[in-house]
Amino acid sequence: MLTADDKKMIQQTWDKVSGHAEAVGEEALWRLFITYPQTKTYFPHFDLTRGSEQVRTHGKKVVNALTNAVKNMDNLSQALSELSNLHAYNLRVDPVNFKLLSQCFQVVLAVHLGKDYNPEVHAAFDKFLSAVAAVLAEKYR
Amino acid sequence: MVHWTAEEKQLITSVWGKVNVEECGAEALARLLIVYPWTQRFFDNFGNLSSPTAIIGNPKVRAHGKKVLTSFGDAVKNLENLKATFSKLSELHCEKLHVDPENFRLLGDILIIVLAAHFTKDFTPACQATWQKLVGVVAHALAYKYH
Repeated sequence: MLTADDKKMIQQTWDKVSGHAEAVGEEALWRLFITYPQTKTYFPHFDLTRGSEQVRTHGKKVVNALTNAVKNMDNLSQALSELSNLHAYNLRVDPVNFKLLSQCFQVVLAVHLGKDYNPEVHAAFDKFLSAVAAVLAEKYR
Repeated sequence: MVHWTAEEKQLITSVWGKVNVEECGAEALARLLIVYPWTQRFFDNFGNLSSPTAIIGNPKVRAHGKKVLTSFGDAVKNLENLKATFSKLSELHCEKLHVDPENFRLLGDILIIVLAAHFTKDFTPACQATWQKLVGVVAHALAYKYH
């Protein structure tokens, strides 16, 4: 469960990166594809070389969705309802991959924030991304 | 047998060479206990784990973190022979410590984030990929003797 302190830390941390949505998103996806190559199976229609326009655009889309989630932490189910439908009925991404992408996003945050990605911020973010993943998988069955 | 490319070996040894095992080990274990509080179940005799501050300052956490990461260093020195290297530790974790191997994966992921925060942009995607592979095979070796 996200405490009030968690939400504050998440908001402050995200504010530092949401201005670089495209760069952060692209880096997270790139790290996902090279660390966990099996995730590329969801993108057979993409050019997956580094710097690809499609990956940049998609990364930005993912980060913008997370920005929306950050703004609506009290009501993730409702705020992410459309995305939840999309993942359940169209994309059907196996939920294990949400954990992998969460790890990659956290690595990107740690790389950019260094020691500011301290244990408490880390815990808050891990909880937040787990909560987002749970909502995305909530209509799967 | 895990295959390591020359590039992977280089990325492993060059990062490891710059790691302060005591600091990094303490931080990784503290973060495990903070981010995944249920892992505290293995450390009832560690004293005060009641808050992130308490955990970070706890001398038993620091000491144990150093011990764990020092042992991880054996992996770095024995990349071609991980199962044998961790055979005894695997038995210990199963038979005496009763640790669910999922915890090895959790600690591995935490270690990656500690390295990322420490090395920042030097912790490149290729670095992350290699190190995630390493923590994965170490976790596998530690789980290997479970029965």
